Amino acid sequence: MNLLRSENARTVLALGLLSGAFILFTGAVGMIAAFHEREIVNDVISLGQLLLLLAPSAAGFIAADRLVKGGAAPREIISGGLVVGLLTALPTVILLLFNSEEYRFLLDLTLKLVPFVVATYYAWKLHGAGSDQRLIIGSWLALVVLIGIVTFSFALIFEIKGDLRGVLPNISRDWVDVVTFDQRKELMTGISTLLLVSLGAGAAGSILFMLPPIPRKALLYGLGITLLVGAFGETVRLILQENVDRDTLKQIFRRDTLRQDPALMLFVVSTAAGFLWAMFGQQARLGFSNLEPSRRRAVNGLGMLIFAALLLMLPWLIGRTLSDVAVTIGIFVLMGLGLNIAIGLAGLLDLGYVTNYAVGAYILAVLTSIGPLGRLDGVFTFWMVIPVALLAAMCAGFIFAVPVLRMRGDYLAIATLGFGEIIGKLAISDWLKPLIGGAQGVQAIPKPIFLGTELKNPEQLYYIVLFASLVTLFVSIRLNNSRTGRQWMAIREDEDVATAMGIDTARAKLLAFTLSAATGGVAGAIFAAKVGTVFPNSFTVFISINVLSLIIVGGIASNPGIVIGAVVLIGLPELLREFSDFRFLMYGALLVIMMIKRPQGFIPSQLVSHEIRAGVKAKIATAD
Amino acid sequence: MFKWRTDEFSWVDFTIDVLRVVIVLGVVIGAWNTLSSGRISFAQWVNLFAAGLSQGSIYALIALGYTLVYGILLMINFAHGEVFMAGAFSTVFLAEALNRTGFLNAQPLLAILLMIAFAGLVSMSVAILLERIAYRPLRGSPRLVPLITAIGASFFLQYTFRGLYGSGFKAYPGVNALQGVIKIGGISIPVVQVFVFCAALFLMLCLYWLVERTRIGKAMRAVSENKEVARLMGIDIDWVIMFTFGIGGFLAGSAGVINGLFRPQGVNFYMGFIPGIKAFTAAVLGGIGNIPGAMLGGLFLGLIEAIGPNLVLAGLGIPGANQLKDVIAFTMLVLVLIFRPQGILGERLSETKA
Repeated sequence: MNLLRSENARTVLALGLLSGAFILFTGAVGMIAAFHEREIVNDVISLGQLLLLLAPSAAGFIAADRLVKGGAAPREIISGGLVVGLLTALPTVILLLFNSEEYRFLLDLTLKLVPFVVATYYAWKLHGAGSDQRLIIGSWLALVVLIGIVTFSFALIFEIKGDLRGVLPNISRDWVDVVTFDQRKELMTGISTLLLVSLGAGAAGSILFMLPPIPRKALLYGLGITLLVGAFGETVRLILQENVDRDTLKQIFRRDTLRQDPALMLFVVSTAAGFLWAMFGQQARLGFSNLEPSRRRAVNGLGMLIFAALLLMLPWLIGRTLSDVAVTIGIFVLMGLGLNIAIGLAGLLDLGYVTNYAVGAYILAVLTSIGPLGRLDGVFTFWMVIPVALLAAMCAGFIFAVPVLRMRGDYLAIATLGFGEIIGKLAISDWLKPLIGGAQGVQAIPKPIFLGTELKNPEQLYYIVLFASLVTLFVSIRLNNSRTGRQWMAIREDEDVATAMGIDTARAKLLAFTLSAATGGVAGAIFAAKVGTVFPNSFTVFISINVLSLIIVGGIASNPGIVIGAVVLIGLPELLREFSDFRFLMYGALLVIMMIKRPQGFIPSQLVSHEIRAGVKAKIATAD
Repeated sequence: MFKWRTDEFSWVDFTIDVLRVVIVLGVVIGAWNTLSSGRISFAQWVNLFAAGLSQGSIYALIALGYTLVYGILLMINFAHGEVFMAGAFSTVFLAEALNRTGFLNAQPLLAILLMIAFAGLVSMSVAILLERIAYRPLRGSPRLVPLITAIGASFFLQYTFRGLYGSGFKAYPGVNALQGVIKIGGISIPVVQVFVFCAALFLMLCLYWLVERTRIGKAMRAVSENKEVARLMGIDIDWVIMFTFGIGGFLAGSAGVINGLFRPQGVNFYMGFIPGIKAFTAAVLGGIGNIPGAMLGGLFLGLIEAIGPNLVLAGLGIPGANQLKDVIAFTMLVLVLIFRPQGILGERLSETKA
């Protein structure tokens, strides 16, 4: 018992249980089985197996970090890693046993015992705390009954269904195959393999931490780059396809997976590069900051120039499929930058941003469509309608902003969410069907024509998105440093004080909503032109949540953060199809984790992170 | 509304006044058209009324969870709709199992009680976990932070349950005792609607008793009044908050079962989102933080949703008026937030709260 009381032991236990819960959870929701479909290195490891390895080794790594700080000896650290590995596998092993035919009685037994064990544990705790007899007996009885109801019901359900899979479809054969490393038939061998692998990974994590910093960094870089390239094998292949001949490609990839030798080579090369970077990176950075200011500017400028050239050449470098993804990302960058004006700059949590997107898309659709719903028959072109869509979205933003001008915080969020839902329902209703087509939507939207060529490929549409994003970026940077921008920031920090300082808050808020709506409209119009059809089902609250997530994860009020956020949150599920089923699961988890651990986002704007730090201090001082 | 009015002309006030007039005119004209045309008979009105009341009592049960939490923490637990879904979705399996063994139709009352208890406890655990993991670390942070967390938690829960139980719709089995109608003088009301209303009423009375007559209820009221003073009086605040989330969760879970028995279209992982927003509307309508208000608001919203499309929208000549039920509910939400943010029964919240 004394061992459990020590800080170090508790750290190890907590980390082990956390990673165990992670593995159990990802298994139960079907992530592990789905990710197993994607091989990282041919016949060596799949993404699902990587999850199984990554959790214990990361937990072992973190445990080692904590243990070193807690003053543990190397032997203890490695045993800490082993314990973490064991605990990681344990919940999954238990579930495997419950799921098997032979050991199902364990499940029944557990369900019968759990109420008594838990109730007795709490009664014992109450007894230890010196509560009186009646309270202890009463709470014991209450807990037995309450937990008993749940476990009895579960027992009944599993009894009738026959197995776990009847209720939890993802506790399937595929899952068993992955976690037992393809030894479904020999359950005990499979379980031992899982335990051994997990123990090994936990220990490896802790050993990795104990290496001297330079080799550790080098190894981490090498592993990271190899695994990333492997996981995104399909993407990498598509990029290489544009630039490398087929035979070389065949030697590197087997279908979409990295072959073993190239993977090994990549690992060696990237580890070596990581080694060099770890050795000399510091010096290089120091050397750069010691340069004369003019030289430094020149180097920076050169970097910018290369970056700009890359951006311009992107579609030709990455090919059609990836250009399509790039266009989608660009549309979300546009929306992110727009919504950021409301959320990031003015602090108005707008959950109905999809409204503007829908308005833009439908305006373009109705005005340019050559189908039955486009009554204007080709009079308007894409280029003429874009400003119309922009203005229409601004009008929509304005109209929806007026009623909510006096709401704050939560109420504003819910009201805008309500607007989003209203627009969605109206778009799908019979009432507006003659105008916008109800559930069938609007079809036959022509592609934009530029100087006589039809921009029908994503490679060409990319430039429209790029141009629009750059303009928006420019505007939003200028706004950020303008008088209006400062008014917004004042409102974000404290509306009452802002009013007291003579800011016309109603005007400033209206401006924020209207401007933020504008890019939403453009994004919607581009989306409609890209897809060629507009369905009401494309305009759900999920769009708003997507945009909100990318702003929060990237860094609120931070323009580079939003771009990175869009690339990661929108690009990742598009590139890794296995992810797309779990996209909102991960967004949700990310939002919660970010808010708890890093509310300023991954690439915070300096001002906001400063404010959050100051705000936390102020909050502590004035906590109610 | 009048508090803000200064001597200067404010065009925001003006726009809102115009909006008010337009809405009142629309409602009056629509209602006049419908009533004078006599398209809907008295018996049909009574049926709509009954359906609205039973749907409303489900909203009321969910709304209580919003109100309880808001009363104590001044935060909107946006993920409460998902708590409702958790109970309803999990219990579908129990209902099937009970149906398969024949217990459901042999002892409908006991079976339904078991289902309500099960769903309530599942939802309760979800709500408590939510509070413990997502909200507790954020107590005292700026207001938008817990709200964004709640949105994240909401999506996380939705897709967790989708992953656990699959994405398809699953329907509750029919209970024979709840089929059929009650006939009173030419008007027939389905038994299930009566059952829903009575069950919800019973649960609400239990809650009222709990809050007004027990020690823990007193502690809850004390914490919602003033946390610091309550702490000084020896109340374990963390425990009270957890208990509040638990009670709200229990009510939501039982609402899930009642809803499942009431509506045949079945449950899936997304079922909590819309009722969640509507229940929030109900809570605001009644005055958020106010328990009788949430009950009243729920019933009121249910009635508006059932009667509004037929009375007003159909009267204005809008086709497919019943498709726009949700539009009515959400418009109601926005209107309440604009015109009477303190709700029917609520006291005016101070600026910083609202």
